[in-house]
Amino acid sequence: MSVKKGLSLPVGERDWVTGPENARITLVEYGDFECPQCGKAYPAVKELLADFPEDVRLVFRHFPLKTIHDNAENAALAAEAAGHQGKFWEMHSMLFENRFNLEPDDLFSYGTQLGLDSVMFEQDILEKTYSKKVTEDFRSGVRSGVNGTPTFFINGDRYNGLFYKWDLSEAIKKYLK
Amino acid sequence: MSNLPNELLKPGTEAPDFCLPSTPDQKVSLSEFRGKPVVLAFYPADWSPVCGDQMSLYNEIFSEFKEFDAQIIGISVDNIWSHLAFSKHNKLKFSILSDFEPKGQTAKEYGAYREKDGVTERALFVIDKNGIIRWSYLSPVGVNPGADGILEALENLE
Repeated sequence: MSVKKGLSLPVGERDWVTGPENARITLVEYGDFECPQCGKAYPAVKELLADFPEDVRLVFRHFPLKTIHDNAENAALAAEAAGHQGKFWEMHSMLFENRFNLEPDDLFSYGTQLGLDSVMFEQDILEKTYSKKVTEDFRSGVRSGVNGTPTFFINGDRYNGLFYKWDLSEAIKKYLK
Repeated sequence: MSNLPNELLKPGTEAPDFCLPSTPDQKVSLSEFRGKPVVLAFYPADWSPVCGDQMSLYNEIFSEFKEFDAQIIGISVDNIWSHLAFSKHNKLKFSILSDFEPKGQTAKEYGAYREKDGVTERALFVIDKNGIIRWSYLSPVGVNPGADGILEALENLE
């Protein structure tokens, strides 16, 4: 029962989306930049988007388990802050590719590397400017039955398979039939 | 011992009281929380290898439980020293109780004990402010049941 539920908050204007707007498949990931499993799923998801350039778009929502992952919340805030300077997905990649180094100074340096306005970026992290958005994401996940990270939804249905590219691909192909 | 249920206690049943240790020198009774809702989460073992396990998830949404004025309590048969270490490691904000001696007695009274494995089931109960079970759910033992069912049940209490 509770674990079979679909997505409670539909994808909308509020979300970060990459991929074609009219894609037939919307993949929603609830993730935590410090979570080892999300880090492992990241390359698979990246390749998946490359394999289905016209059919799949990705939405990333934050699900930071901040009491067990010390830097997860700051990393989520950093992604949001970068997003408000037009570089959410660049920061999303940067964070997953450097998931062992997510201390505040690391985050600040990623902002600089991406050419962000560093004063604004650092301030947005330290003052938690976008924490409401992160909390909203988290709560929508809880309401959708997310119980750990990463959790994926394909066109609103919960995906219960493994996070390897092959498994995700097969699941997506079923929706494309 | 004679009237132990053979399945999970159902909504409408009065929740059996218990008094179990939360630390080496403190005990917690269900009846202490009369007047506010209680979420009882039985789980099989402290040290499960899953990332973002059940108790950590409840920890993250502790503030949402508070919005319902609800108290969340975890229960397993692990001994109190294991609980202390586990709680510290996961920075738990709520009590986990040790159903250790007589082993699993409270879980048995709730119909939430796995005889063959000697551990508690992964079972959830939402108990109203009058001590009546209003929702119960048995999860497959390997599946973290999440929190959406609990939140829905708490909403339905109002």
